[in-house]
Amino acid sequence: MPKTIRLPGLLRGYRPLRPGPDTFDQRADRSRLRSRMIALVLACLTLMTLDHRPGPGSPIEPARDAMGSIFGPVESATSSVVRPVTAIGDWFTSRRAMQHDIAALQSENSRLKAEQATSQYQRNQLAEFQGLTAAADTLGQALVPAHVVAYGPAQSFSRTVTIDAGSDAGVRPDETVLNDDGLVGRVLRVTPTTATVLLIVDTESVVGGRVGSSMEVGFLRGRGGLGDHGTLDLQLVDQSAAPAKGDPIVTWGSQGGAPYVSGVPIGRVRAVYASLRESTQRAVIQPYVDFGALDLVGVVVPSGTRSDRGVIEADGSLR
Amino acid sequence: MRSLRVAVAAALVVLALVLQVAVFPHVAWEGIVPNFCLLVVVAAALVRGPAFAATLGFFAGLMLDLAPPADHVAGRWALALVVVGFVAGLMRQDTRTPATTVVATVAVSSFVGTSVYALTGLVLGDAVGSTGDVFRVILVALLWDVLLTPLVLPGVMRLLARLEPASAR
Repeated sequence: MPKTIRLPGLLRGYRPLRPGPDTFDQRADRSRLRSRMIALVLACLTLMTLDHRPGPGSPIEPARDAMGSIFGPVESATSSVVRPVTAIGDWFTSRRAMQHDIAALQSENSRLKAEQATSQYQRNQLAEFQGLTAAADTLGQALVPAHVVAYGPAQSFSRTVTIDAGSDAGVRPDETVLNDDGLVGRVLRVTPTTATVLLIVDTESVVGGRVGSSMEVGFLRGRGGLGDHGTLDLQLVDQSAAPAKGDPIVTWGSQGGAPYVSGVPIGRVRAVYASLRESTQRAVIQPYVDFGALDLVGVVVPSGTRSDRGVIEADGSLR
Repeated sequence: MRSLRVAVAAALVVLALVLQVAVFPHVAWEGIVPNFCLLVVVAAALVRGPAFAATLGFFAGLMLDLAPPADHVAGRWALALVVVGFVAGLMRQDTRTPATTVVATVAVSSFVGTSVYALTGLVLGDAVGSTGDVFRVILVALLWDVLLTPLVLPGVMRLLARLEPASAR
């Protein structure tokens, strides 16, 4: 039994009774612990400095890619083991059948969109709304179906998910991700078999949106909402225009369809707040998508993309 | 023996990470899942002390930072878990650790870990969210971690104790 020395300061709570692999009752051991702690903390700070702006330019990106290539398949495999338990209804559904499901869901979606457009609020906008949908079709969008296999923990304060389609499936960064309810997010980075998707409810996500009834454009920012239905903030470019409660919001679309293609439903206006001081209108948007229960999603890819799986073409056919 | 220890610790961390991102989101409360990586680091700290736990915490945090779908500044979870490993390591006792000590250590570690992560986010200008949300996340994560402690910690601690160098027995 070695002599126990009272340690000062931070180490006071530690009272070794017998020598273990990490006993610091000797001066040399304590200085070894100190230097190791300093080395570890410095390593963390170096990493943060190197990765100060995560993205394609970061020197940490190759390490992220490497980890993605290793962990992506592990996550996909785990998810495929867990999915039958979490989604009993899908138990007997093969992947092929799921692809038919997404086609069915898509057609149902367009039917619902048409129904929505005929409701009291937008009857006068029917032509424009149908035009938007048609425009999305004529852009020649095809969908790569994918499953969400991993969620970023809310403890990380960012809302990201991994999907099991990567560059082998024809997915590229900055492509739109949607499901049968509406817009999900955009692809941040891809590995051969997986892709990381930034959800629109993340606080760093900004989406150009258009109010379906008035065609006003604005920007939707995620609020990092924790609930299954996180909300979005909409700020209109024309600050005098006020969206009405219940108005549907669709994507405005960017040049070349990246990162967001136009005409994808995002959500509807839940509440409108007017700020007299800044003379702006802020609307809270309830997204159509249930971000707590994401499973089957589609990535919008250019028509004719080479893929390792069936691609749903704009006309609903499988290729 | 040393390589076996490293391999077992690495396997535990990988398992923890996969549970955290691919399995438990299905039962998550508002997206908050138990932090299994943190639980493994605390178990290592209670069995092997601060130096080993801080090093393990660094690598576990690095995995949390880099494995998809992470998209924050790398090094944030690494720093949080290094701190957790050190703090929890100070609670190590050489007699059998009482259950109350284990639970208290997990609670403190969870609070410290998530808080350090949130604070680095503030300093680096990464997205964090409102103060209310941050506290809610910290508290729910703490509850999750304490809830999972009786299921995870005893097994992991026994496994790590078995691999402890013979000289320490």
